[in-house]
Amino acid sequence: MIRIDPRLLAAREKLSEIKVIVPVMSSKGGVGKTVIAGSLAVLLARSGVETGLLDLDFTNPGLHVLLGADISSWPEEEKGVVPPRVAGVRFMTTAYYSGDEPMPLRGKYVDEVFKEILCITNWPGVKVLIIDTPPGIRDEALDILTYIPSPRPLIVGTPSPLAIKSVEKLVKVLIDLGHEIIGLIENMASEPGPLKQLAEKYGLEYLGNIPYISNMDLLIGKPYELVDEIEPYLKVALDRIRSLIH
Amino acid sequence: MVHEWALADALARYIMHRIGGEKKIIKRIIVKLGVLQSIDKEILGFALKEILESMGYTVEKIDFEDEEPVLRCRKCGHEWKPDMSVFDDTVREAIHFVPETIFSYYKCPVCGSRDFDIVKGRGVDVTLIEVE
Repeated sequence: MIRIDPRLLAAREKLSEIKVIVPVMSSKGGVGKTVIAGSLAVLLARSGVETGLLDLDFTNPGLHVLLGADISSWPEEEKGVVPPRVAGVRFMTTAYYSGDEPMPLRGKYVDEVFKEILCITNWPGVKVLIIDTPPGIRDEALDILTYIPSPRPLIVGTPSPLAIKSVEKLVKVLIDLGHEIIGLIENMASEPGPLKQLAEKYGLEYLGNIPYISNMDLLIGKPYELVDEIEPYLKVALDRIRSLIH
Repeated sequence: MVHEWALADALARYIMHRIGGEKKIIKRIIVKLGVLQSIDKEILGFALKEILESMGYTVEKIDFEDEEPVLRCRKCGHEWKPDMSVFDDTVREAIHFVPETIFSYYKCPVCGSRDFDIVKGRGVDVTLIEVE
């Protein structure tokens, strides 16, 4: 008999109340997962959808910087912890606890943090949970695909051949596991490019391209200004996610 | 420290998963507590009993076994028992919620590496369930 970690039983129960769980994934780093995950969450919340946002990049969390979140005040406790609202979103990150200190983790400890965070976090009323993930097809990605009930991955890439080759490997893994991919977003692309061809090759939905935003650094920490800039390019993705809320 | 309720909820679901719904009298549960996480036994025990009883079980006895933390450095091999009293309350609370934040606040006392293993003393687990 396989021994089940008690924390997973509680985590699955808590997550089962959420209608749509969207891990924003890419096996390639630096393609804009954090910006897209944060923007999707803020825009969904602004449109009236109760939205949660989880930073699964434990060793290098960045969403709190992107959103300008105050990590000095911790989530309130209520039979677990309840993530505070940041830019209208219920936002959870390990940065509340690790602060600005580094948190180097070998794989088995990534797995422990994953289970602990999902076990203790309550998502009251949340309909959509957006998850920002670190690059690679390693512990965090595998934990999502193995332990989270019915995730609907959204894949991010760029037109770079390095990114395309990398993303194709992730697509294969997700298809092999039978996951329903929401679609692919091509970031830093002035027009639809090779990621659109990749989407067509695998029969996946191409959710559009986002041009390179030259003043991105000036938008860090200003979530509402950021989403005003990026919203026109995320309309298709937002509509797809909203269509999954029943 | 009411996040003990979340851990109790996890343990209760695990106990239910293990013994099923037919045997309703639980004579004894032993819970192993890693001292690293500074769990409040009184709250955890109370919460676990309450949650199990709300599921229809009767719980006669809950015992706790402490497991002292031991760390081992991967760089120099040094093995030691961390002195949790050196941390301020904020750090102890952080480790309470997410024990792996110890990698943020602790280094090997010999070589200064943060690349060490938690050999034991982490987390909460059920080691015995006796049913009637």
